[in-house]
Amino acid sequence: MQQLSIFLENAKGRLAQVLNILAELGVNIRALSLADTKDYGVLRIIVEDAEKVAADLKERNCVVKLTPVWVLKVADATGGLAEILNKLVAEGVIVEYMYAFVEKANEQAQVVLRVRDEEIMKAAMEKLGL
Amino acid sequence: MSHEELLKGLRKTVEQVLKAPYYKKKLAQVDIHYPHDIKKLDDFWKIPLTEKEDLRQNYPFGLFAEPMEKIVRVHASSGTTGKPTVVGYTRDDIKLWAKIVANGLRRIGVTSNDVVQVAYGYGLFTGGMGLHYGCEELGALAIPISGGNTQRQLMIMRDFGSTVLCCTPSYALYLAESLEEAGISRDELKLRVGVFGAEPWTDQMRDEIEARLGIRAVDIYGLSEIMGPGVSMECLKGEGLHIDEHFYPEILDKDGNPVPEGTDGELVLTSIDKKGFPVLRYRTKDLTSISYGQCVCGHHGWTMKRVSARVDDMLIIRGVNVFPSQVEEAILTVGGIEPHYLIIVDREGNLDSMEVLVELSADSFTDEIRQLEELQESLEEKIEDILGLTVKVRLVEPKSITRSEGKAKRVIDKRQEKL
Repeated sequence: MQQLSIFLENAKGRLAQVLNILAELGVNIRALSLADTKDYGVLRIIVEDAEKVAADLKERNCVVKLTPVWVLKVADATGGLAEILNKLVAEGVIVEYMYAFVEKANEQAQVVLRVRDEEIMKAAMEKLGL
Repeated sequence: MSHEELLKGLRKTVEQVLKAPYYKKKLAQVDIHYPHDIKKLDDFWKIPLTEKEDLRQNYPFGLFAEPMEKIVRVHASSGTTGKPTVVGYTRDDIKLWAKIVANGLRRIGVTSNDVVQVAYGYGLFTGGMGLHYGCEELGALAIPISGGNTQRQLMIMRDFGSTVLCCTPSYALYLAESLEEAGISRDELKLRVGVFGAEPWTDQMRDEIEARLGIRAVDIYGLSEIMGPGVSMECLKGEGLHIDEHFYPEILDKDGNPVPEGTDGELVLTSIDKKGFPVLRYRTKDLTSISYGQCVCGHHGWTMKRVSARVDDMLIIRGVNVFPSQVEEAILTVGGIEPHYLIIVDREGNLDSMEVLVELSADSFTDEIRQLEELQESLEEKIEDILGLTVKVRLVEPKSITRSEGKAKRVIDKRQEKL
């Protein structure tokens, strides 16, 4: 899955501006996370047709990047996320960041994972049958 | 030029300036009453330096050395503080200036077949008309488009087949960026060489412009007080700006003493053969060094290094002297950012602070904060290395720093507002 990452300057109203652009483009945000530092932020979103949205945003002078991420279903129960993570860690996967969201249609909890090494993650996913 | 010829030229200038009462009085103080009082260069060096303040005091026409009926044109400097400084030209001066600019253009291979887009401002500023007359003297086609109106610049550049571009280096970069945005590819343009000046720039900036526009970029130098653009100009060898023989250069240290050849200091210029507004030992406030010799391009005489800083641009931050060009050099060496920056100086409590805004380039944007922080830190380290001063670098979005169509504004000094 490709995630859209958008660089946000730390300026008043900048996040709202970018969200307005996304609304104008008719983009529905399925999942979102905002990483922030004192001076700038990175908005990470999961949308349909990420490539096209990225191109549209570039045209509007946004700094965007497509980043490969993994979306996993998680059991909505105590220890659900821990269980999956333990398995992945055992396979040598290193997580850079993650965030969670709930799919509206079936109320399924899901996590978006960005890992350091795609190949290790791929092998782990295959091995674990996920 | 031989020593005798130089003395003869300087005597002519002295003869000319003596026609202006202000100079007459000033020279009398050092016992120079007639041109032949200049017997050797030592006599010439006794003459007090001319400052911008001398020009201001004689605003507007007080230092003109010919009667007004002989003056056919005036130009004026921007005068950021107080009144502008006004200079006048006789018909011969205009011809001489055109010849000087034409010579410079010829040295970089411009011919009557060239189409020159003159995107310097036309008006009281000397840039536009200086280059324009030089082109006409050479027989090249000059497009007097002046500065600004970027979309029209691009259209004309493509449709008229401009081969030479003249503007400030910062505007050249902005044009490059706008070409990319407009989707105009390099193949659609005939641009070959750029003649850039009117603001200090660095070799890193030159590399950037050359790469982005796919042209050779040469530096041109001048100031209205002396004549205008063309006082010196690079040839394609790119090893300094050849000073035209109608100007006599000196380099002085901050106390006004001459420095050895090749040593940095303030450039002081004297015009030779200029009638309407001759100047003696004018302090340019530009920092450079000069050397004497022969170049493969045919120039024989003085060559100056690129002016990378102006005395006036110097910021003193926590007691350290800082020139914007040093910051430019540092950030462009690191890479990963667009060649646009803004220095913000402020005072927090009793301590000066310096923040540098740089534009993250779209290609180097990474999704991971850690890597962005690494880029920011490497920029800070590089600047600190060069300046010996801790600074804060802030990454901002591309195109968020205001672009300039003329001279770029690189510094905001908020300390002045707090005085």
